[in-house]
Amino acid sequence: MILLFVVNIALGSVLIPLKAIIQIILGDDSVKEAWQYIILDYRIPKALAAIMTGSGLAVAGLMMQTLFKNPLAGPFVLGISSGASLGVAFFILGGSALGLSAFVVPNGWGTILAASLGSFAVLSIVLLVASRVRDAMALLIIGLMFGSLTAAVVSILAYFSPAEELQRYMFWSFGSLGDISWDALIILSFCYFIGMILAFSVTKSLNSLLLGDHYAQTLGVSLQKSRFIILIATSILAGSLTAFVGPIAFVGLAVPHLIRQWFTASNHWTLMPACVLGGAVLMLFCDTLAQMPLFEFSLPINAITSIIGAPVVIWLLIRKKKLLF
Amino acid sequence: MSDFNKILLSSSKLSVGYKNGQEKIIIVEDVNLSLKKGTLTTMVGINGSGKSTLLRTLAGLQNPISGEVLLEKSPIKTLDAEIKAKQLSVVLTGQYISKNLTVLELVALGRQPYTNWLGKLSEEDKVHILNAINATELEALKNTACHALSDGQFQRALIARALAQNTEVILLDEPTTHLDLHHKASIFSLLKTIAHEQQKTILSTSHDIELVLGMSDEMLVIHNGKATQDTPKNLTESGIFEQLFPDNIIGFNKENQRFFIR
Repeated sequence: MILLFVVNIALGSVLIPLKAIIQIILGDDSVKEAWQYIILDYRIPKALAAIMTGSGLAVAGLMMQTLFKNPLAGPFVLGISSGASLGVAFFILGGSALGLSAFVVPNGWGTILAASLGSFAVLSIVLLVASRVRDAMALLIIGLMFGSLTAAVVSILAYFSPAEELQRYMFWSFGSLGDISWDALIILSFCYFIGMILAFSVTKSLNSLLLGDHYAQTLGVSLQKSRFIILIATSILAGSLTAFVGPIAFVGLAVPHLIRQWFTASNHWTLMPACVLGGAVLMLFCDTLAQMPLFEFSLPINAITSIIGAPVVIWLLIRKKKLLF
Repeated sequence: MSDFNKILLSSSKLSVGYKNGQEKIIIVEDVNLSLKKGTLTTMVGINGSGKSTLLRTLAGLQNPISGEVLLEKSPIKTLDAEIKAKQLSVVLTGQYISKNLTVLELVALGRQPYTNWLGKLSEEDKVHILNAINATELEALKNTACHALSDGQFQRALIARALAQNTEVILLDEPTTHLDLHHKASIFSLLKTIAHEQQKTILSTSHDIELVLGMSDEMLVIHNGKATQDTPKNLTESGIFEQLFPDNIIGFNKENQRFFIR
């Protein structure tokens, strides 16, 4: 992972020699100023964001798959990404419709705020419903329904929006690790660590949930409490990550499966750290590909994760013929 | 002999069922049962008679409509979940169990109430796990994933998990469904051995009355919303089995304790 981290920093549209990079990291001012800027304010925050995104989404996906006992569950099943999309869509697309300008808030903070508010709003509704619904399957379907509902609202907004705004929205939905500043990174890492601490605190309960809700209860697990913590942890992780880097597809769904196949383990004390590592590695790798030095520009990260990830899962399925949670 | 006839799980004036909105639907009412230490009790009744509902209520997984369940004299609903987990374990059917678990992992999960928040197994935990695996003759399969087990083996693994939990009381819901006669008999003889040798209190539901008649210490017959508890011999003489099924199709022969089709 450290190797990938270095490779990730070393590669990009502008070619910077490895020696210069090491000098920059060690705080040597004699290197070209433009390079210093690229490394310190662009590539390192981006690499850190990649690590947090990959590991956070993978852990959130693992928790959802175990909680819902469904191999198709991912961090976004609760409508988190659709909530964020809705927020951003209202912000960018709804601007003209509601008579507000999308350019009131500078530096893309508006998008982040809109995404956070959107995912938080949808999540609060889902959590509210979750406290009334006892069946995990019903909760899963409710999450999916909220997803469709918000998608419908987004498409209505898109229909009435000018092409320029639509393009801006599309760019956001491609996902981007690059637009993140150190300030934003600090806020993100704060959310990330809270989410991770919560996630690791329910690891033992996650293990008993492998036996189903009834068994977990007879093992002394408080279902409501564990479920609530799991949902909150997922919301914080997936919600904040989506707000800052956009809806990153696939990592949350695929990494837990890859890890399970690789380790042939079910114990979450193995799976959780492995997901942290695996998610980070996959994301760094995808981001490195997205910014290959051959290209003048960076490819959308969301496309890369799917192009890399989907064939891998298909291959695994064909080989193993079975995908269990 | 002081432990003899010690009652571990009992219920008084227990009515079980479910709530449909405001409406309460009672399936079995006025259940007064008492399960003694070291005995195997089987609960029988026709399909839909409420066996599983009663069992879930006794396990504290479902609230009773009225009355209460006592686990060693304390009402089960007031017990802390972690304390309860050390006194009562269950074997249920139709749960969404991750079939990726190996037999060893599955059985080890039975030790959860005893481990710290990391879930680390102590030497004592490991002894209990190995004993449970030995008692259910799963040594050869302990590293096999559950999706590769036959129904009978999987059922034994679930029983091993409950044994590893090392509780006084074990409740089982239809442990022999989908099993052939040989495996049915072997599961019940295993339960009987466990009850007698390890002094566990076991209650299991079954709809295979003929089989469990010869295996159980006591039986609980659910019929027409009432529960009757007694020894197999007394129940046979009381004539309750004749009434279980509509008597124009199925009759019961008291002499050899067998049902027959008219």
